[in-house]
Amino acid sequence: MTLALILEQLLNGVQFGLMLFLMSAGLTLVFGVMGLINLAHGSLYMIGAFLCAAVAGATGNFWLGLMAGIAAAAAAGALIEVAVIRRLYARDHLDQVLATFALILILSEGVRMIFGPFPLYLNVPDALRGTVNLGIVDYSLYRLALIGFGLAVAVGLWALIAKTRLGIQIRAGESDREMIAALGVNIRALYTIVFALGAALAGLAGALVGAIQSVQVGMGEPVLILAFVVIVIGGIGSVKGAMVGALLVGVIDTMGRFLLPRIFATFLDTSQAMGVGAALASMLIYLLMALVLIFRPQGLFPAHG
Amino acid sequence: MDNTRKEWLLNAVLAGALLGVPLWAWLANEPFIVTLATRIAILAIAGVGLNIALGLGGMVSFGHALYLGIGGYVAGIAAHHAFSGMPVLGLAGTNQMLPIWAMAMLLSGIVAGIVGALSLRTSGIFFIMITLAFAQMGFFFALSWPAYGGEDGLPIFLRNQFPGLNTARPWEFFLLAYSVLLLVLAAFALIRAARFGAALMAIRQNPDRAAAIGISPFGIKLVGFVLSGMITGLAGAMMADLTRFVSPAMMAWTMSGELIVIIILGGVGRLFGPVAGAAILVGFEVFFGGVSEHWKLWLGLVLLAVVLFARGGLIGLIAGRARHG
Amino acid sequence: MADPVLDLRGLCKSFGALRATEDVSLTLRAGEIHALIGPNGAGKSTLMALISGKTRPDAGTVWLEGQEITALSVPQRARAGLGRSFQVSSLIPGYSALRNVMLALQARQGHSYRFLRPVMRDAALRAEARAHLDRVGLGPRASVEAAVLSHGERRLLEIAMALALRPKCFLFDEPMAGLGASGTAELIPFLRALKADAPILLVEHDMDAVFQLADRISVLVTGRIIATGGAAEIRANAQVRAVYLGEDG
Repeated sequence: MTLALILEQLLNGVQFGLMLFLMSAGLTLVFGVMGLINLAHGSLYMIGAFLCAAVAGATGNFWLGLMAGIAAAAAAGALIEVAVIRRLYARDHLDQVLATFALILILSEGVRMIFGPFPLYLNVPDALRGTVNLGIVDYSLYRLALIGFGLAVAVGLWALIAKTRLGIQIRAGESDREMIAALGVNIRALYTIVFALGAALAGLAGALVGAIQSVQVGMGEPVLILAFVVIVIGGIGSVKGAMVGALLVGVIDTMGRFLLPRIFATFLDTSQAMGVGAALASMLIYLLMALVLIFRPQGLFPAHG
Repeated sequence: MDNTRKEWLLNAVLAGALLGVPLWAWLANEPFIVTLATRIAILAIAGVGLNIALGLGGMVSFGHALYLGIGGYVAGIAAHHAFSGMPVLGLAGTNQMLPIWAMAMLLSGIVAGIVGALSLRTSGIFFIMITLAFAQMGFFFALSWPAYGGEDGLPIFLRNQFPGLNTARPWEFFLLAYSVLLLVLAAFALIRAARFGAALMAIRQNPDRAAAIGISPFGIKLVGFVLSGMITGLAGAMMADLTRFVSPAMMAWTMSGELIVIIILGGVGRLFGPVAGAAILVGFEVFFGGVSEHWKLWLGLVLLAVVLFARGGLIGLIAGRARHG
Repeated sequence: MADPVLDLRGLCKSFGALRATEDVSLTLRAGEIHALIGPNGAGKSTLMALISGKTRPDAGTVWLEGQEITALSVPQRARAGLGRSFQVSSLIPGYSALRNVMLALQARQGHSYRFLRPVMRDAALRAEARAHLDRVGLGPRASVEAAVLSHGERRLLEIAMALALRPKCFLFDEPMAGLGASGTAELIPFLRALKADAPILLVEHDMDAVFQLADRISVLVTGRIIATGGAAEIRANAQVRAVYLGEDG
């Protein structure tokens, strides 16, 4: 086991974490501003990936595909918000869970009807193929670009929330829903915009990750559940918490899968060590979540008080 | 006719149909329908379990597939060791349902106790996500633990045994599942009518008031959650014997979602809600699954319509609003 | 003199820079009605929360019949003998009036972990709950769901639930609120008789009712008790008149 290998896994963990952040940021914003739990967030991730793969496949241009993926996810988000989600803000969490669960069924089957039952493949753009030398390790240029992308979006999101008029409205919406009405903000439009923004982030993540995984129906839900773990750890409603939580989950999950089987191999035989190590590694982030819950039930960065 | 009588009549019709249809199918030599009815009965048992947490206690557990899976794996692992003759953790394997059920309920109860103790520290949306995450932890554990099949799952070569029955015969196994369902429904009715149920339902409606008269919400909810997990665990053991196969898919988050859907389609907190819901879900799958490969799209639309427009589920639609006496 | 039933000693509670409760000491003696008055924002709600256990004090202790209950939770304090009503009626909305009171009885008996016997067929429980409802005049409304009771009836049901707890002391948070003149007039003799069961700590805005009922009155202003005494004493207190009654002295 070399330092280079560890560094590579660490970078993979950071990259994974940043993609999780893109998912979690939308979920946590939607919860913070509208008080809504949206299970269908993973479907928006899937829509972003499918549109990106389809358009990139048809035009041969990844970047066109990426734009299409983001736009499709944002549009789907806005449409869903206006058609369904809007009716759920005043409902209890059970209704929100069920309605958005129904949306998953509808969107997954809808995508299957349009794109067929087989996975699509999305190629890494030519400009980002190959590896780059980072001193001790040759690292995938595309994954490095994902890290850059993720950081850039995080900074952009921070600037949006901290510096713009929309950001002020979002923050006001998080702290006091009646106040933003009093300020003369069109709440309906604000909610649609926030939802579409979260959807666009999910679509972006789906499109970016699509190039290193296969693009298939059901790809969104495992990521969605990890995003839940992220925001439970970070504190629901907190974008900063989502960032910290996502990096923690990304790095711990990746490093656990890499290191635990190797650690167990020092005192167990290899096949047994692989089994025990892999099983334990798959549980690691949930154990982390349990620990956070025991000591900080509201998450690391509670959004409200 | 008042709503309470309407509900009882509807319950009787449901109970009668769930017995009568497979009886007819058995006489007409249609084992497939008997098996479908068994599936409905077992899903309904799992639903009754969830109905304690969700319907009575208002705890929206999005992770009840975990207990279904635990029960399933207890049945699968016990049968596996009975078959191979190797003991597991010092216990001999068994192919007898009664000890398997006891173990399934015990283990599910212990896990539900741990998950409940952690997740009941929070509420609302946190609770939903945490129960989901813990179930996901079980799912990934089962997926990556190679000893019992990992992602390939674990077959049960011969259905486990019950004294006095030939469980390999669909009709006899159905009767067993149906009897257990009736027992579990009776237990639900008793719990709901007893002091415990009164406290649990009161906490759902107004936890602050319950606390102010001296009822500790945490303790009552935790016990409710454990009972709920135990019953769903029992259903898991029976489900494994029905399909003679256990796999991580039993713990998948979609399974947790389906269990909630069962309760909602039937009617939250209603005694026969899970029975009606399981029948609707399985019926939907069989009828629309035969017509269109995209039947889940239609299920999604129906579910959306029920949530947005018919919140009482089937029983609520027919028998009106629930009354708590 | 015997120990007071309820004894608050030096309670302090701050929320950030806001000192909601500052060194509040107060006693409730057997057989008395002790009224707590004060303008809006004086800290009455915080003090109620400190007594009921919803909020923990930064400093100070709460004693009930000589036993310290500062560390107990809300349900533990209720079981120890604190019977409260809420400022805004807080009931089990889907339960009938009778069932609400039965729930309080069941809580008092400490038997919520019973799984078999149907609670509605428990004749003794029903009879006692019915008696408490009759006592507040809600007997004819026993089978009506709490959610559809009138405002005044809900206030009375709160009191019936407190009665069912047979507490060592009552904690009534604005029981007259929204009752109207006739409702208040009926409640006054009822509370006067009730103090023989257990003493009452009464938080109330209706000054006429307070001066008719209270054996002692404490005046809370910006988190501090500025005066405690009989009705005449409080009326005459210059500081109270200045700060609370808005007069110049």
